Amino acid sequence: MALVFKAFKRKKGNTSKAKSPDRGFLSFHNTSEVIKAESVIRKNGWRVRVMGPPPELRTGCDLVIEFPLVEQLNILRLLKANKIAPIEVVPVDDPLLKPVDLFRATDYGEHLMVRAANMKLTIEKETLRIVNISGGGCPDVPYLGARLVGKDLRQAPPPREIGHTLCGYALQLAYEEIKRQCSL
Amino acid sequence: MLALIGTIPEEDFPLVSGTAILKGNRLSIEGHETPVNRGTPALIAAAVMACDTLGLFMPFSFLVGDEGVGRGSRNLYEHLKTQLPAIGAKVIAFHYLQPDVDWHNRILLALEEKGKLPVLIGDAGYMYAAKMSGFAPCYDLFTPDIGELAFLADEIAPHPFYTRGFILHEEDNVPSLIKKAFEGKNAAKTLLIKGSKDYICTRERILATVDTPNVETLEPIGGTGDTLTGMVAALTYGGYPVARAATMAARANRLAGKLAKPTPATQVAEIIKEIPKALEAVLDDAAKAQEQTCLTTRYAHG
Repeated sequence: MALVFKAFKRKKGNTSKAKSPDRGFLSFHNTSEVIKAESVIRKNGWRVRVMGPPPELRTGCDLVIEFPLVEQLNILRLLKANKIAPIEVVPVDDPLLKPVDLFRATDYGEHLMVRAANMKLTIEKETLRIVNISGGGCPDVPYLGARLVGKDLRQAPPPREIGHTLCGYALQLAYEEIKRQCSL
Repeated sequence: MLALIGTIPEEDFPLVSGTAILKGNRLSIEGHETPVNRGTPALIAAAVMACDTLGLFMPFSFLVGDEGVGRGSRNLYEHLKTQLPAIGAKVIAFHYLQPDVDWHNRILLALEEKGKLPVLIGDAGYMYAAKMSGFAPCYDLFTPDIGELAFLADEIAPHPFYTRGFILHEEDNVPSLIKKAFEGKNAAKTLLIKGSKDYICTRERILATVDTPNVETLEPIGGTGDTLTGMVAALTYGGYPVARAATMAARANRLAGKLAKPTPATQVAEIIKEIPKALEAVLDDAAKAQEQTCLTTRYAHG
């Protein structure tokens, strides 16, 4: 029990840690969109809650939906399929945080690798075949690897269509950047 | 016991626990098979190879299918809360799981309730959850790459995808990122940072760097970080102190990579095959340098 108490004490004493570090907010144009979105998301098994927005988000509707941030890609795809478009998606604990928009490209001669955030996508330049996907930590990374490696970049499904998490989202950015660099 | 925990990128793969065996490029556990091309299967395959080389009991794995939706991960979390403390593992490596702070905390508390924590290793999604939870210092080892180190160094980033740009410097800035990660209490007791130069460090100092053999084409290959974590888990289970195990694993992983003569298109299964030879070479070097090798017998560990 002493160790358990220690853990609780540590957590309580750690004021720099946020209250909802793995949650995000979805903001919408109006309340009816919020209600519709909440219903659709809940029906698909996610834990979400409707609440008042933080000051940084008070631009549209006066309600936001709190959701599991890591599953952003999957939830956005679900909303799109139901013709609901949020105004913004942000982390709960710091709504001013923006997704990574820096890329690093490495030329290996016959191959080109592009990194976005924690995700790396590598192609064979001559054939445009995706030869490797590396980095990342969410469970859709190995899944995306299994689905995309060996495919032609021009015909491969975009990661945003088959991925589910923020790692999938980061891979989408690498995919877009490598297509841009290949003038596709 | 060495326990390895993660996911398989197949929706229909059931929740299983047991001793996995390697059959060529496939992993078999409780009658279910999966390729070892990437992710947790690559970690387990590397750990199996390393345990075999070291003469240790084979690792015990907890696995579930999850393509990223999170359903499988949550089922596994629930299972682990009751089952993991009961098995009395000496070393536990957590890997590809949907990051979930609430479930992470429940499992950590369940382990703490049993008394002294085992050696805890966090990689991939579980490392993200451990950082966000505020309990990172409870862990003995994290194995981030450079991008993930920047995430650990950014005290407010909830995921590497949201790491702030001014922190996202490259390899020349690693010592500064290490300092930030420890100061923010977002690092495990030891970090093994994977890059063109690998860093092994604690809060106090950088203990070692490993940059040879330098095989540039390893970075694009998916799964090379997973094999590294699998080897360091096995070496720690074999009795090596965490930082020492991390240094040896970093060397062996590079050497296995070199032996595979990789291009950026090589798949990690080709590198896994070279692990026994690479690890033997690292153990031999350690012995030649009259360092204490902790080669253990099958009877020394349960």
